[in-house]
Amino acid sequence: MTFVLYLINGVSLGSIYAIIALGYTMVYGIAKMLNFAHGDVIMVGAYVCFFAMSSFRLPPIIVVPLAAGVCAALGALIEAFAYRPLRQAGSLAVLITAIGVSYLLQNTALLLWKSNPRVFTSIVGTDVIKISGLPITYVTIITILTCVAIMAGLTIFTGKTKMGKAMRACAEDKNAASLMGINVNVTISLTFAIGSSLAAIAGALLCSAYPTLSPATGSMPGIKAFTAAVFGGIGSIPGAMLGGVLLGIIEIFAKAYISTQLSDAIVFAVLIIVLLVKPAGLLGKHAHEKV
Amino acid sequence: MPVILKAENINVYYGAIHAVKDVSFHVNEGEIVTLIGANGAGKSTILKTVSGLLGSRGGSISFLGENISSVPPHKIVESGLAQVPEGRAVFLQMTVEENLEMGGFTRPKSGGRTRLERVFTRFPRLKERRCQLAGTLSGGEQQMLAIGRALMSEPRLLMMDEPSMGLAPILVEQIFEIINDLNRSGSTILLVEQNAQMALSIADRGYVLENGEIIKSAPADKLLEDDDVKKAYLGG
Repeated sequence: MTFVLYLINGVSLGSIYAIIALGYTMVYGIAKMLNFAHGDVIMVGAYVCFFAMSSFRLPPIIVVPLAAGVCAALGALIEAFAYRPLRQAGSLAVLITAIGVSYLLQNTALLLWKSNPRVFTSIVGTDVIKISGLPITYVTIITILTCVAIMAGLTIFTGKTKMGKAMRACAEDKNAASLMGINVNVTISLTFAIGSSLAAIAGALLCSAYPTLSPATGSMPGIKAFTAAVFGGIGSIPGAMLGGVLLGIIEIFAKAYISTQLSDAIVFAVLIIVLLVKPAGLLGKHAHEKV
Repeated sequence: MPVILKAENINVYYGAIHAVKDVSFHVNEGEIVTLIGANGAGKSTILKTVSGLLGSRGGSISFLGENISSVPPHKIVESGLAQVPEGRAVFLQMTVEENLEMGGFTRPKSGGRTRLERVFTRFPRLKERRCQLAGTLSGGEQQMLAIGRALMSEPRLLMMDEPSMGLAPILVEQIFEIINDLNRSGSTILLVEQNAQMALSIADRGYVLENGEIIKSAPADKLLEDDDVKKAYLGG
């Protein structure tokens, strides 16, 4: 029975990684860059939730969309000011800039909100329900359901809507997309906005499950979610989902059955093994191009 | 026949390389105009400049009387200028139908079905493969898709960048027939080609490019008879 419980907790933690990984993978898909500031957007989202709930006493149903909105704007701003001027620059310059933006966000948070950790009040309470004898928290259930809903929403968005298809067209060939009349800049901004709003949702869920919040809160989950995106095949939306969930399960199992201290090492060891066997990640594909 | 596109003294640089030098040309409504020249003569660069992907230093480009020199590419498409890009550049990971939909991105949703059916009537092969990923099509089919996609915006001027590139001779003929056919049904076409023989045989007028400069411009039948052109581009 404990096995099932660990599995459910693993899926739940993995769902958070998956939601974050979607941001990495979508941005990589369209802008071909690793946005290392993405993890810190999670932290900003969590702080927005924290203050909205503690200072303004807003209900979670307003708090989470608010945080998503703030982070969407933040993501679009970061893209416009930090990354867009480097669109034609080498990938190393962009990567360093992303690391710089990450430090900027963390240190601004440190300045504004100080380093002492805050106790985050869960957005869905801390109730535990018993499902066939297993104690499962509401947060766990809400996290898994949110993840499924986001996946379904993104699948419909990219597969059925005009804007979603334009996003895929830009991801494949920006020049050809602009020759179709697609505004590439707007599409890239929108991708950053969507990814960042997902990060805010992940932040709210993460801090509800692990209720301490500090300016460094986003960095480790950010790195793990990045790993999940690579694990699943960076650029692939289902890949990010699969990678995230698997990573969560592996982490919880490693903690439960092997060693808490070694769990992160085990997670990364699995990543290395997968990449040795399948360098493009689990669902990653090398595009076949006809010349 | 009114002038639909007029480029005057365009100059394009790739870093320090002066790729297009003081090029001027125009296209009249209803014509097929071709730019011919060897690989690297600057033909594709000129098309990319007209469609806004590259910028010209000085000079001007006007389309339907509007100066489009500093208009971004997605706005130029909206004003009625479509391009079949070099190497086709269809979206390989999208289906045939999605590719066509992208071609009509700037047009209102209401007429979408009609436009799609019109393209399918012209290219029945695309209709058969509407749900297939473009990456699974043959080269010739991809070229048809690239042309169909450009037609989805119902352009006033269609620019084609080397539509015969990399195709088997029988397909090349087919593509040129399609171009001729499009023109007969009212499309104005600016065609860039290395296959000078074929291009001139269907064009009304031609410009000959060499090292980024226009060295000759004349009606197509005159160019076909021109000794220099024959020697350089028509194999004797």
